[in-house]
Amino acid sequence: MRRLPALPAAGTYSPGSSVLHRSRAGWKLAGLGVLLLALVVAASVPAVLVGAAVAAVGYAVAGVGWRVALAQVWPLRWFAVVLVAVQWWLSGPQTAAVTVGSLVVAVALAGLVTVTTRVSAMLDVFERLVRPLGRLGVDPDRVALVLALAVRAVPVVAGLAGEVREAHRARGLPLHPRTVAVPLVVRTLREADAVGEALAARGLDDG
Amino acid sequence: MTSRIEVDGVSHRLGGRRVLDDVSVRLDEARIGVIGANGSGKSTFARLLNGLVVPDQGEVRVDGRSTASDGAAVRRAVGFVFTHPDAQIVMPTVAEDVALSLRRHRLDPAETSRRVQDVLARVGLSGFDDRPSHLLSGGEKQLLAVASVLVAEPAVLVCDEPTTLLDLANTRRVMSLLLGLRQQLVLVTHDLDCLDELDRVLVFDGGRIVVDAPPEQAVSAYRARVG
Repeated sequence: MRRLPALPAAGTYSPGSSVLHRSRAGWKLAGLGVLLLALVVAASVPAVLVGAAVAAVGYAVAGVGWRVALAQVWPLRWFAVVLVAVQWWLSGPQTAAVTVGSLVVAVALAGLVTVTTRVSAMLDVFERLVRPLGRLGVDPDRVALVLALAVRAVPVVAGLAGEVREAHRARGLPLHPRTVAVPLVVRTLREADAVGEALAARGLDDG
Repeated sequence: MTSRIEVDGVSHRLGGRRVLDDVSVRLDEARIGVIGANGSGKSTFARLLNGLVVPDQGEVRVDGRSTASDGAAVRRAVGFVFTHPDAQIVMPTVAEDVALSLRRHRLDPAETSRRVQDVLARVGLSGFDDRPSHLLSGGEKQLLAVASVLVAEPAVLVCDEPTTLLDLANTRRVMSLLLGLRQQLVLVTHDLDCLDELDRVLVFDGGRIVVDAPPEQAVSAYRARVG
């Protein structure tokens, strides 16, 4: 059986000059919110199909290619299979289709926003949203920085997990939750220390 | 123009071990090297200079500002480049990571973009704007780490073994960039070949400065001590 070629990482910005790339991050996030709300309120097969069509047209307009589009929903595949089975068994085929369809469409639409929007543009939006809380002592810069670090943490921890798996394979050891978790947690904490020190050195932690 | 870095009677302990022992030195030269064995105290010394480490005893001042009482101002004046660029790179793309250093400067987007483009050109990463930062080569990552520090225009650049993880070609690329900067440079290194063009070299041993001399003399003295 032919394996699917390696997909790009989900949720990472894909450079381009489409109308979606050029649209303001705030408008895209607001549009995403409206579409997700409509999906939840309508909760029907036609709504899922309309949502899927909007996502498909959106990816075509963005011009990021089918591999980038598929990469956004591919990590859901096993979860979706299990969810379909459970929902079908508990509530029937229509509920299964609506629940799983809504989930996949929602992730695809969210992915469309992330692949066409720089992280820094999203941070600017969040910073503006949080700014009114400044009177209560919330530092908008710090909130934006925390969000940036959360985005960064996903590929970094995935990379560390990959290295731990490789180290097991190199030593001929079977993967065991304890022998994977301990080095992964230790290395993640060390990485967090190093990043904290680097942020302090760049003055990003100064008030 | 160089800054005046004053280290005055500094001692510091880490995990119960004395890593710096009554170090006093004044750094006025444009390019200063710091060498020594592992655990000799040179990296802790480097971290003192931009306030990443505040000493248990003594004081560090940069242009008269104490790292203990005016740490934020010192960090704006003294940039720091780490051995591992991965820890220093935060944002997913090259241009965004460089621009992150300017977030607190509250510049308008056009000025931010101009400064980012300018510094990327200076480090030889023009056209890398949208490249995923974590997929760059080791040398490119280190150049990005330097760019992310330089964009804030510090007066001093402290580099803690910036070439340790690099091959010969990338070591030359990074060193050529560092030596061409107008900033005052404090370079901690194990690579003795990088010291030739510096003005002064400090040799650390057991938490103390045991040699303070021009590069050739300092390297000879260091080799003699190592045996």
